[in-house]
Amino acid sequence: MTTQEQILAVFGGVVGILVVATIIGRVLRRRASAEGPSPGPSSTIQNLNARINAWWTMVTLIGLAFLFGKIGIIVLSAVLSLAALREFVTLTNTRQGDHWALLAAFFVALPVQYILVWYEWYGLYSIFIPIYAFLLMPVIAVLRGDTQRFLERITEVHWGLMLCVFCLSHVPALLTLDIPGYEGRQLLLIVFLVGVVQTSDVLQYVWGKLAGRRKIAPSVSPAKTVEGFAGGVLSASLLGAGLWWITPFTPWQAALFAFVITMMGFIGGLVMSAIKRDRGVKDWGRTIEGHGGILDRLDSLIFAAPIFFHLVRYFWVP
Amino acid sequence: MTRLLAALFTIAVIVFTRLVTAVQARWLGCVPAPIQRIYYANHASHGDFVLVWTVLPPALRNKTRPVAGADYWRKTFIHRFIALKIFRAVLIDRLRPQCGSNPLAPMIDALDDGASLILFPEGTRNATDTQLLPFKGGIYHLSRRRPDVEMVPVWIANLNRVLPKGEIVPVPLLCTVTFGAPLKFETGEMKADFLARARDALLNLAPGASRNSETG
Repeated sequence: MTTQEQILAVFGGVVGILVVATIIGRVLRRRASAEGPSPGPSSTIQNLNARINAWWTMVTLIGLAFLFGKIGIIVLSAVLSLAALREFVTLTNTRQGDHWALLAAFFVALPVQYILVWYEWYGLYSIFIPIYAFLLMPVIAVLRGDTQRFLERITEVHWGLMLCVFCLSHVPALLTLDIPGYEGRQLLLIVFLVGVVQTSDVLQYVWGKLAGRRKIAPSVSPAKTVEGFAGGVLSASLLGAGLWWITPFTPWQAALFAFVITMMGFIGGLVMSAIKRDRGVKDWGRTIEGHGGILDRLDSLIFAAPIFFHLVRYFWVP
Repeated sequence: MTRLLAALFTIAVIVFTRLVTAVQARWLGCVPAPIQRIYYANHASHGDFVLVWTVLPPALRNKTRPVAGADYWRKTFIHRFIALKIFRAVLIDRLRPQCGSNPLAPMIDALDDGASLILFPEGTRNATDTQLLPFKGGIYHLSRRRPDVEMVPVWIANLNRVLPKGEIVPVPLLCTVTFGAPLKFETGEMKADFLARARDALLNLAPGASRNSETG
């Protein structure tokens, strides 16, 4: 199979799963409204249908980006970074004194990071935000002279940049890895990463709804259960193993990578939940119907992408 | 020609506002129904009335006019075009309220024409760290003289961070506009009581209100 055929095969599988999910969602809704006219379908079933509908949109967008290849992936990632960063900074405590620093974050750091990824300048895109933005942004802020809650403010902005821009840019950066015998097929690494992360999220949700009993982190994320976690991680790792044919890995290695990805995704969801809880909100935004904000969907990918990138780079790139 | 230009500008303003702020309306205390209302909001940025005006459904927007200071919006041709042709603002004289006619008269006239109003009872933009400045008395006199008009508190969140006073380039943070439950003038109500009631109703809509008071 050529790379194109493999991508088509995976997307065909995704569409097939979505068709099945859509049918299940509609059947559940019809059955719920047939049972009793007064309450109608429960909020869980309505939310499930909204989530499935949103998945159609998200899969379409990703598919379009893939059609355009490298530039499509980079533009889509940059737009997602922008959307995520605004959600993140909206919930922070920045003051007028941060205005220039924020402008620099949104309109300089973000585009520069993705331009560096486009030019495949690993030596700079891997340190641009952790070093240059880290040291220079507080300077921009301090020039404005407002010292009130200074540490808190610059930390929040830098955290936003690291998560929403730096970490996320490791998804398109996978295209820059030169793996012997895998030339020109790096798009499939993105398919593997995004596919495993997102199915892990979905499977944790499904296992949690079907078999969830014991809460795993009640004070941080009351919806997460031990059963959902274990079922989701194991089944997503199996799925990752089943996708070994699109990767440079053996089935065992693919399973191990998928396991690491799902674990990082779970941790990411937990950390981001803690931030939301601290800020007194349930979701990061309301951009995606049924899911919440962009960051609610990206949190696990943000934590998984850099680790996946560097593990592959360390072991597979000579 | 001017009408076409104004219509095009209107669309441009709405598209730009939505792109920069991704503004979302939250109708908590009432629904967007064609009822004559005075929307009164907190005021921290020049763009405040644009934001409220943008989130109103078109049918309501066409009947809703922002109240603005004549001293600022009569300055140049551009200012006058924006205020009068695009937003059809009700311009009031903030500087010399004593001499001459009643400063409320333009607002009363607009209400009697069937328009709804957007106004900022703090009277000026709030550049302090407090959430809300004390209210001016105009909102009381207006409500007393037209007691059938619903007073709807509207909390505008985050726009002062998108475009703080004195800045030119906006940071694209997310804004929300929250509409609270309408209140009406009660016969015989004293000015101080009414203003306190209206102010509390508005402060209750501020999203971080409880958290800020805990830590502050």
